[in-house]
Amino acid sequence: MNPKIRTYLKANAQAAPLAVFRIFFGLMMVISIIRFWYNGWIEKLYIAPKFFFSYYGFEWIRPLGNFTYLLFILCGVSAFFVALGYKYRIAILVFFLSFTYIELMDKTTYLNHYYFVSILSFLMLFLPANAYFSVDALKNKTIAYDRIPRWCIDILKLLLCMVYFYAGLAKLNSDWLFDAMPLKIWLPSKFDVPLLGDFLQQSWSHYTFSWAGMLYDLMIPFLLLYRRTRWLAFGLVVVFHLLTRVLFPIGMFPYIMIVSALIFFDADLHHRILKVVGRIISIDKTRFDTGRTLRFSSRYKKWAMPVIGVFFVVQLLLPWRYLVYPGELFWTEEGYRFSWRVMLMEKAGYAQFKVVDGKSKKWFYVDNSDFLTPFQEKQMATQPDFILQYAKFLAKNFKKQGHGNLEIYVESYVALNGRKSTSFINPDVNLLTFKDSFESKTFILPFHDTIKGL
Amino acid sequence: MKKKVLFIAVATLIFWACSSDGDNSDPDPIDPIEFDRKAMLVNITDNIIIPAYQDFDLKIDAFKVSFEAFSTNPTVTALNTVREGWFTAYKTWQHVSMFEIGPAETLDFRLNMNIYPADDEKIEGYISSGDYNLALASNRDAKGFPALDYLFYGLADTDEAIIEVYAGEDGSKYLAYVAALLNDMETMTETVLSEWENGYGATFVANDGASATASVDRFVNDYIFYFEKFLRAGKMGIPLGVFSGTPSVGHLEAFYSDGNSKTLFLEGLLAVQNLFNGQYYGTQGEGPGLASYLDVLNSVKDGEDLAQAINDQINVARTAVQALGNFKDEIVNNTPPENMLNAYDEVQRIVPLLKVDMVSAMNIHIDFVDADGD
Repeated sequence: MNPKIRTYLKANAQAAPLAVFRIFFGLMMVISIIRFWYNGWIEKLYIAPKFFFSYYGFEWIRPLGNFTYLLFILCGVSAFFVALGYKYRIAILVFFLSFTYIELMDKTTYLNHYYFVSILSFLMLFLPANAYFSVDALKNKTIAYDRIPRWCIDILKLLLCMVYFYAGLAKLNSDWLFDAMPLKIWLPSKFDVPLLGDFLQQSWSHYTFSWAGMLYDLMIPFLLLYRRTRWLAFGLVVVFHLLTRVLFPIGMFPYIMIVSALIFFDADLHHRILKVVGRIISIDKTRFDTGRTLRFSSRYKKWAMPVIGVFFVVQLLLPWRYLVYPGELFWTEEGYRFSWRVMLMEKAGYAQFKVVDGKSKKWFYVDNSDFLTPFQEKQMATQPDFILQYAKFLAKNFKKQGHGNLEIYVESYVALNGRKSTSFINPDVNLLTFKDSFESKTFILPFHDTIKGL
Repeated sequence: MKKKVLFIAVATLIFWACSSDGDNSDPDPIDPIEFDRKAMLVNITDNIIIPAYQDFDLKIDAFKVSFEAFSTNPTVTALNTVREGWFTAYKTWQHVSMFEIGPAETLDFRLNMNIYPADDEKIEGYISSGDYNLALASNRDAKGFPALDYLFYGLADTDEAIIEVYAGEDGSKYLAYVAALLNDMETMTETVLSEWENGYGATFVANDGASATASVDRFVNDYIFYFEKFLRAGKMGIPLGVFSGTPSVGHLEAFYSDGNSKTLFLEGLLAVQNLFNGQYYGTQGEGPGLASYLDVLNSVKDGEDLAQAINDQINVARTAVQALGNFKDEIVNNTPPENMLNAYDEVQRIVPLLKVDMVSAMNIHIDFVDADGD
């Protein structure tokens, strides 16, 4: 191994930043889960619907009926234990599994930031986040350390930088930069925002927000990494995310990103934060200042390092997978998810399914509201993989009702970023002749415009 | 020091975000979007919704008067006058049916006035027993316009035979039931109208923000829902059997009075178009409506003229439906009812324009989907 890398891997750093990260992350997750429950979304999104859109390959993951609540309790409690640093290893594992399970139940609710939470908690499985300022460290002195391997903190920074940078790259397209789309549609509808409302009606503000957003995403990793610009960068993080909070229905994500960005600061700040936290919960922070340095066993390193390495390689490559698909990414959405493509599209669709008896040629239309919630219908109508999945579900359902020789066709229209709606799926093909797979979906009609850029 | 930097950063950003970038960067300044949602809500409330309800209320009253004449002296002539009163009110109903918001929503006005097909057996049962509660949700198919359609047209094959029922032994029971239905309709109408006039109208206009629960968002959702479910599907699609595979004339609106289904559909389509254009109810004149909203948004986006496209398609659909014979004949005499299916397709083509293009352009929140986005 390169000696430089070897030295780097041996270098250690204060454990406090990781402890602060763990505490805030855990608390944010607790709040998120409570908020989700409080808003009635568990019922609405995971219990009320009759049909759920599974991820390809994860069809076995389904909501658990009323036990879904239990799943959320498990998730919330484990997040709280993560914050406490109590039985951390098990807590973070349970959190990762339960949270990821929840997200995999229905892709209708897919959000990049849920995905971010999932992979972040996966990464935290490997980190000694309970070495400092945790219940575990209080109870068991042998696992208490105030210094840990430096890479344990750096990989969190790396993940955050990646998220921002890829989100910035995704904005390098003609719709975003030269047409200020979709902000040109979204911002004017926020006329009731105090102070900003009037500016949001002006065309220049749409361009300003588009370009500023792009520059912010691309530059913020470097501004955060570079010590002299760090406070400025953090100020930008706060302003940017609070602004997105005001302008868009974006939930907890802005707060998660703001507290996550603290990881970039030097340990002094984290010690100060912990001192305050310690005072509030009356625990003397100095009890954790053991002067001990954690060194991983070589056995641990032997399996953990390759896993983390593969994780990052996959993360780096995944957003580029769209390149192997033909057609416009925004139109087909093949390779769109899991790539930090955030707020890039105003897409609306309409899909009317026609069930045909192949022999008698008798047909009828499907009333989507018989099977889907308005939210599911909205998501389904613009995403080909949803459409195919739904067609298969309809076939199964009508077969059960005694219909034979089933063929399913769809007439669909999609409007993308202010363009007039056009036909989306070939209305002349029987969707049941296609299999769900990662292969390019040939039933998608071509996009009649070009969006230049990445 | 650090705090200072932070402060300067924030201040700069706010200044930057709030300051105009001058003339040099924007050689071709585009007009800002100055559409006043509140003005649209005011226009819709004051010039469309309330006048339409007022007129509907008058039509119900006139209908009632004609029925009172009929009940004292049931003749064929009086029957035809009542029928006219019924049909005039029914046509006006098509102009208020879509406003299932506020008081109408609380009351389930639409379902209480116009669920069809009417359940004739249930109606006959109630008439002979004289024991019924019209307020029950389970009795909605025994009242309202469809029940009256049955009672004025469906009791027998000829007008003379119908008169015999009203003048016959059980005549008073029939008259009492019709009177009860009319009272029920009148009471509901007055409730809805008075709430719009006293308070709800102002509430509706005041809720002029942008969220899933703001008036414009809710209203547009309800408008599209009405178009899809009640106008397109209810009046044409379901009787045509497009959702079941088998046509079913029994599901036609005004099933017992043959030629009327088509007229009622066209009236409903007109109401939808008038609202879209902000066209005043009952008088000449136009105010801000969905069309002018789209025009303003369009001027910024420089896209295709969506309002025009929607009006054009509504006109195409109207022409196609006008060319049809009466709906019952179209369905009964043709297997499959090719012409009416083609006309339905033209009506159907309006849906994506409203549901995709218009909703997208206005950034309307889909009904109560208040989950997070990213």
